Amino acid sequence: MSATTKNRYDVAIIGAGPAGMAAAVEVTRAGLSAIVLDEQPAPGGQIYRGIETSDEKRTKVLGPDYAAGRDIAKAFRACSAEYLPGATVWNIDSALGIDVSLGQGSKHIQAGAIVVATGAIERPTPMPGWTLPGVTTAGALQILLKANGVVSDDVVFVGSGPLLSLIAAQMLKAGVKPRAIVETVPQSRYVAALKHLPAALGAASYLVKGLAMMLSLRRAGVPIYRDATGIRIEGNGKAEAVTFTSGGKSHRLETTSVALHQGIVPNQQVTRLLRCDHEWNKSQHCFVPKVDEYFETTMADVYVAGDGAGIGGAVAARLRGRLAGLRIAEKAGRGNAQERRSVTDALMREAKIRPLLETLYAPSPEILAPADETLVCRCEEVTAGDIRKAVDLGAPGPNQVKSFLRSGMGPCQGRMCGLAVSEIIASRRGEPISEIGYYRIRPPLKPLLLSELAALESEEAVPADLADESAAVH
Amino acid sequence: MTGTPMADLIVVGGGLHGCSAALHAAKRGLSVIVIEKDNAGRHASGVNAGGVRRLGRNYAEVPISVRSMEIWHRIGDLVDDDCGFQRCPQIKVAETEAELETLEKRAADLRELGFTHEVIVDQQELRRLLPAVAPHCVGGLASLDDGFAIPYNTTFAFQRKARALGVQFFEKTRVEKVRRDGKDWHVDTSAGTFKGRNLLNCAGAWAGEIARQLGEHAPIEAIAPMMIVTARMKRFCDAVVGGCGRPLSFKQAENGTVIIGGGRRGYPDPKTNKSEMRFSQLRYSAETAIGIFPIMKSATIVRSWAGIEGRMPDDIPVIGPSSTHENAFHAFGFSAHGFQLGPAVGEIMAELIATGHTNAPIAPFSITRFAKS
Repeated sequence: MSATTKNRYDVAIIGAGPAGMAAAVEVTRAGLSAIVLDEQPAPGGQIYRGIETSDEKRTKVLGPDYAAGRDIAKAFRACSAEYLPGATVWNIDSALGIDVSLGQGSKHIQAGAIVVATGAIERPTPMPGWTLPGVTTAGALQILLKANGVVSDDVVFVGSGPLLSLIAAQMLKAGVKPRAIVETVPQSRYVAALKHLPAALGAASYLVKGLAMMLSLRRAGVPIYRDATGIRIEGNGKAEAVTFTSGGKSHRLETTSVALHQGIVPNQQVTRLLRCDHEWNKSQHCFVPKVDEYFETTMADVYVAGDGAGIGGAVAARLRGRLAGLRIAEKAGRGNAQERRSVTDALMREAKIRPLLETLYAPSPEILAPADETLVCRCEEVTAGDIRKAVDLGAPGPNQVKSFLRSGMGPCQGRMCGLAVSEIIASRRGEPISEIGYYRIRPPLKPLLLSELAALESEEAVPADLADESAAVH
Repeated sequence: MTGTPMADLIVVGGGLHGCSAALHAAKRGLSVIVIEKDNAGRHASGVNAGGVRRLGRNYAEVPISVRSMEIWHRIGDLVDDDCGFQRCPQIKVAETEAELETLEKRAADLRELGFTHEVIVDQQELRRLLPAVAPHCVGGLASLDDGFAIPYNTTFAFQRKARALGVQFFEKTRVEKVRRDGKDWHVDTSAGTFKGRNLLNCAGAWAGEIARQLGEHAPIEAIAPMMIVTARMKRFCDAVVGGCGRPLSFKQAENGTVIIGGGRRGYPDPKTNKSEMRFSQLRYSAETAIGIFPIMKSATIVRSWAGIEGRMPDDIPVIGPSSTHENAFHAFGFSAHGFQLGPAVGEIMAELIATGHTNAPIAPFSITRFAKS
């Protein structure tokens, strides 16, 4: 791999997680030129973060699923794709031109096809106290563990999803016992999930791993509070305790560290910016870009591989990356139909566990309908009540609420509040969320220095009519 | 729909001008229907820079702008909402002596026309008004009693008040055809046909097609003026600032964010309602902002956008009656500076429609100026 020298590539891949790396390997194998743009300093994405530098001890803590990333990273390093770490994509235009910030300056890259491999983000979890210092997402905690081997010793995990027990189990292996797991999954969900069990046996290894994790937590005596409701994080200026009801009793756990999690959802910023069509996925309870069987979006030559196309996990992400890569190669006349079929088959096997997980770990109703005083948009300090008030005044959707309240206009561009805002509007208006839709996403995708924009290389001169427009004050 | 909805006035377009005309017409006792293909304020009205500016206007627009300013200063009386309106100076900065001379000439011209709201400020006064301005700036032209408002909230407030007065809004309803049937107007839409005694074309960038159906030539061009907003900054600017030699629109909002626009245009696509940013052009706005306010070097952009707006070849709007049909009227083509005019133009249109005449000097805005001879 070499440093970037060109401005034009057959394929630009955004993100160097399992999907991005696999896509890069696949398209370069077919002889296409490719560039991989990634915000992180090293390949791996969130799931394999730090994989190239993780020592034996840390790799053991993180387990064999994590260690599997090593070979993927190695194959990626060996392929001919150009790799640009520390690169923040801040705009993509409809002609597939990409503006990327490299910290010092911006670069414009023209791509023939784009693979969006920007993965997932954690679902926003608005609840009382969620903005207090000391409260993080479970994912953020795991990143610390992967990147620096850092673990906190009085963490209370709150929420729902396999990631909670995974991280708790990893912490145990690292020699630190979490304070407790406060699980929001209602009893009724276990019953509802049961009917998906036979299908899930087709991906039995996940069930085995799940049971092993639960067992290790039980052996270590980590308290698990089930069916928790009325959860509040209390504290004066910082997190001091979590209170909730479980098993008909009120509980108060004193802690300075709370990790929240309600599953992950596709990171849709890029596909929204490109105005790809999105649809509501009922089972995953989130918007997903519409894709065909090869993960091509409704915008020609734009593919979404990995969890960005709907949550499927790391193994599926890698397979999807390969499939998108194979399809791009095929469109360029270098197809391999047999290989494509075998990847598709593997993907179908991989998907068997999803209905069980999605039924069991659906997001908690409490975070979907936060109380009026709960902050929803953290950047602009907009509460659920503000949003409901704007709806009552007549705002029909997220973009009007945004115009009205500035929710979603802050530095995070709605990543932290988007889904919650759509949910609140949908329920207040009594309309399906698929009709309510989502924020329009505008560039820059990530904050950009004004001086960097001013220094943007430009082949376009100042148009004469504008240069003369001295009275232009809008 | 059951039956054909009827009204004294059908307004095509739910932007600020459509909502304002509807509100004023309702105040005069007319029944009004507004038909909007998207949602009220979806385009230029909702996403412009919010400048409430008399400063620097085309001379023909000045009287209406002054009348509108009087309404802005008591906007709450009209719409029961402050629209986020803040009174503050609008200042056009001169970066060279030659630019200052141009501004001095303008101020003199206006005084001759009987208007005194634009005044020259020298370098010292400029620095007092704008402590963060770059040292090379030599002075400026100011309209001290102008201001800015929040565009979407404003349009929304006009719509809400109009609704409270009985105006019916049909949103997500696309007008396909306007046609005359006897004395009445029939407006065929994606949601059926509406009937009205009068018709008002406030369709912004889409108004050319309505005019065409009335047999009138209106060479309107869709444009997409671009804007940037930064992350919050410490307060350093209490005026809305424009450039004299370089296009710029610059202000710091109440919450500390800075909104930068001015002249630079993206790509509009009125057919799909979409617009695309053109950073190769927007970079000049960034350069100008940093040039006039060096403090902006460290600013971070969090968002950019472009709204679709209608522009006329001579950069002034079409306001007035149709030249081909009775009981048909136009108010469109505000060429990216219609926001401040909204309250007054709505009042003028309502007067014109309800009484058949107005004393407002609207002759320069006649659609006949584009008639092919």
